[in-house]
Amino acid sequence: MRVSGKGQNQNAAPVSFTFDGQSYVGRQGDTLAAALLANDVRLVGRSFKYHRPRGILTAGSEEPNALVTMGDGASQDPNIRATTLELYDGLAARSQNAWPSLKFDVMAINDMMSPFLSAGFYYKTFMWPKSFWEAVYEPIIRRAAGLGALSGKANEDIYEKAFAHCDVLVIGAGPAGIMAALTAAKAGADVILADEDSVMGGRLNAETYNVGGHVGADWAAAQIEQLKALKNVRLMPRTTVTGAYDDGTFGALERVAGSGDAPLECFWRIVAKRSILCAGALERPIAFPNNDRPGIMMASAVRAYLNRWGVAPGATVTVFANNDDAHQTAVDLIDAGVNVAAVVDSREAAKPRGEYRLINGGLVTGTKGRHGLNQITVTHAGGIEEIETDCLAMSGGWNPTVHLTCHMNGRPTWNDDLQSFVPTDGTIPGMSVAGAAAGHMSNAACLKSGAQTACVVATDLGFSPNADVPSAEDTPYQIEPLWQVDGKGRKWLDFQNDVHVKDIKLAAQENFRSVEHMKRYTTQGMATDQGKSSNVSALAVLADATGRGIPETGTTTFRPPYVPVSIGAMGAGSQGNGFAPQRLTTSHHASVDRGAPMIEAGLWYRPSYFPKQGETTWLQSCNREVDYVRNTVGICDVSTLGKIDIQGPDAAAFLDFVYCNTFSSLKENRVRYGLMLREDGHVMDDGTTARLGPNHFVMTTTTAAAGQVMTHLEWVSQALRPDLNVRFASVTEQWAQFAVAGPKSRELLNSMLDDPIDEESWPFMACGEISISGVSGRLFRISFSGEHAYEVALPARFGASLFRQLVAQAEALGGGAYGMEALNVLRIEKGFITHAEIHGRVTAFDIGFDRMVSQKKDCIGNAASRRPGLLDIQREQMIGLKPVDPNESLTAGAHLFVEGADAVAANDQGYVTSVCHSPTLGHALGLGFLKDGPNRMGEHVMLVDHVRDVRTLCEVCHPVFFDPDGGRARG
Amino acid sequence: MRLTCPICGERDRREFYYKGDAIELDRPNQDAGLAAWDDYLHNRDNSAGEIRDLWHHAAGCGAWLIVTRNTLTHAVSRCELVEKDTR
Repeated sequence: MRVSGKGQNQNAAPVSFTFDGQSYVGRQGDTLAAALLANDVRLVGRSFKYHRPRGILTAGSEEPNALVTMGDGASQDPNIRATTLELYDGLAARSQNAWPSLKFDVMAINDMMSPFLSAGFYYKTFMWPKSFWEAVYEPIIRRAAGLGALSGKANEDIYEKAFAHCDVLVIGAGPAGIMAALTAAKAGADVILADEDSVMGGRLNAETYNVGGHVGADWAAAQIEQLKALKNVRLMPRTTVTGAYDDGTFGALERVAGSGDAPLECFWRIVAKRSILCAGALERPIAFPNNDRPGIMMASAVRAYLNRWGVAPGATVTVFANNDDAHQTAVDLIDAGVNVAAVVDSREAAKPRGEYRLINGGLVTGTKGRHGLNQITVTHAGGIEEIETDCLAMSGGWNPTVHLTCHMNGRPTWNDDLQSFVPTDGTIPGMSVAGAAAGHMSNAACLKSGAQTACVVATDLGFSPNADVPSAEDTPYQIEPLWQVDGKGRKWLDFQNDVHVKDIKLAAQENFRSVEHMKRYTTQGMATDQGKSSNVSALAVLADATGRGIPETGTTTFRPPYVPVSIGAMGAGSQGNGFAPQRLTTSHHASVDRGAPMIEAGLWYRPSYFPKQGETTWLQSCNREVDYVRNTVGICDVSTLGKIDIQGPDAAAFLDFVYCNTFSSLKENRVRYGLMLREDGHVMDDGTTARLGPNHFVMTTTTAAAGQVMTHLEWVSQALRPDLNVRFASVTEQWAQFAVAGPKSRELLNSMLDDPIDEESWPFMACGEISISGVSGRLFRISFSGEHAYEVALPARFGASLFRQLVAQAEALGGGAYGMEALNVLRIEKGFITHAEIHGRVTAFDIGFDRMVSQKKDCIGNAASRRPGLLDIQREQMIGLKPVDPNESLTAGAHLFVEGADAVAANDQGYVTSVCHSPTLGHALGLGFLKDGPNRMGEHVMLVDHVRDVRTLCEVCHPVFFDPDGGRARG
Repeated sequence: MRLTCPICGERDRREFYYKGDAIELDRPNQDAGLAAWDDYLHNRDNSAGEIRDLWHHAAGCGAWLIVTRNTLTHAVSRCELVEKDTR
């Protein structure tokens, strides 16, 4: 319920929202949790395993219970913490893990069966038969247990990612963080102040303490205004620093108050010269019997709801604690006019801070209330007493938020005075820790520590800082350890994973004594809250059960992220085209206009075939296009091949070193085929290289390997042959290049070239400058089809018009455009290789090119290619295949066996890499690799494809099926 | 992780492509024999401590770099061009 006159948003506008379909009204500035408590909604969820009714425990991102689902369909977003979800008009949240309703959840039967469902029960229970593991047990367990569910649809929400840089990153904007940021910023440092809350100020917004004579929250707001005015400060509210990484890099998740085109979240990578961790501390619960009922909350959370949002989480509140700090809860509640039944303090010598009933040496030993607390049992020196109360504010002490200091393998140090772990110095290079995160537990100590730490950091960075620390409350923090309270009923530790004290003891009893083993055995500290409030208590119980101290027991490893981060945010920009951008050729639109289905080639899109009216299958189109090239003329865009311009006095020597064959002997205006090896002697890539001048070459690579070859050339030039004076640049995008292939290719070109060519001026493998309608370009007489063919290149801006004109001229001559299917058939008929053959495991020897590896010079791969194993006759070497029965087909990926042998791996003789139907020869053709292949010409082998269930008897033949002496290409 | 490219300055590691141990700079002579080539191609130490690695500033200037890094602390102590200024 609301308390009049309380709350920083007491005058804010009303906001309507729904929870499980029921309408409520909250206030601008509320979190969903605050608004639910204001409406007396206490039951907000069901627990993971036992489906126990659960309420709101905390007022921050450590919340284990109050998780809701937002959005519908593809936008469904589960496991949102109601304690950090800012209320907005029309917000619609749903509870999770309950069916048919939150109040009546049939799976709550798990709670009745809990004696059989202790930690590790499924390891022991669901063992036989093995076939049931995935088929039966897992689906049942998954249905019964769980948090919120994903929609199963592709997320359509917008996410963003961004980089930021600064001198000093201050993490957390409580008293220490504000002082640190002010001190560093005033000294002149570039400062980023990041805080996960929507309003900066940390605990100052949740407490009633004064700072410098002002109400803490007002003081914080004034300092934030001051920081906002400084140009060297970036304030990042709603931003949780999620991880600390090498070299001052931090991950941070910003919850953008998104609507319309604004993203939901932005994932930041912040690079800071220095960082100051001011993450504060998290209050921990006490494990007493049935401590998980809605209405049992952290004492600090009760103060936050009261002081910040003007909400009393109950009509009659009781406090249960082992420290002084929690007494302030009673003081604040009484000041606000809320009834306080008692403060139960486990310490005998605790002193009251106000006019309330204090039960010294008392323990809460039981609770009642099915869907919400209505009574507690208190055991004290005077006996056992029942107290009517609908809210219990508990505090087992404070754990400094050490998480980020552990992200690079650091371990925290146990502090006996605080009964907590504190950060160990130097665990993150460049990070200092201040405030409560460093174990400073009073307001004054936090302010001072923030300022002093920033002074040290700013001085290190070369600035001259001044610290001006305001006065503030400086009550010492006093605590006596209290981890668990004996009594009947389960004493919950991890509320999110339903782990209780007995589970930890069972783990210890079954010898899972290491804290990491205990965690895995019991699931303590897993899932969305990662045990933020429960871990230290759980290991204290483990320490007790194993007879060790807490320091020796140690902590589990804190890893990033500190809070859950949507995969969508981390991968922002990498969905769809952001993951695989589309590279389009200059002929793309013309090809699509002609109805060509486009297929991916790396990031490129290339036409598969160009269908004509009346054709119903791709094969009909393909056959027609092959026929163009074999009999008239065809046009194909080959711009996707990598083109690298290579220049310099040592360009030829450089090519001799990267290619296994020789290029220094290549004459100007001539082209040569080149084979490139990896240093391990296997084939990397192939292509043609043209010599345009004495010191000027243009290399082509395959489409797929263009980037790899460029990187390789950079490597060889810089690392291995810096003595060679050569420079190169990728010019793939700069040139539009088209194959003009077929007996009528020269006739076509001469209809377009400004100066006609003939056999004498432009023989096979010639190249040079040409011009078309006054535009200078290049012409190469090369052939990937085996026909008299050219490749003509113009600057890319002329590509679209050149393609249209080439195709129009080809059509006038009885030919036309051809696509990848026809290109593939043409090259298989000629036995030309692609990366289907040079797939990374083959050598020059394997493809019959070993004599190309010149032994007159050193080159990349030369030495390793001569290794004995790579020249073994029994290696699988390239061969051609054709079916003995010309009506039968071949499949790529099939394996080859001796006729009559069992088609099993041990008898494997080779495999098929490329197949096609050859319209030219009238039957199927294949390329493949066969043991000792070149010496088995004419032999029959059995092609077996177990996947597609194909068996075809084949004849081994030379891989060049068509025009073996190459007369057609030479013209 | 941040690397300081001698040409471009300090950059996020996403701009760089990793190749492997800097032993690849010590390319054997063509006639060095099988054992030397086998070492060069395949054998690598797995050191706890300082190592020298090759990185390519692929999304930057294209420079190949030798990065000296401690595998225990992740600290990068040197980042130099593979290419000595020989021209």
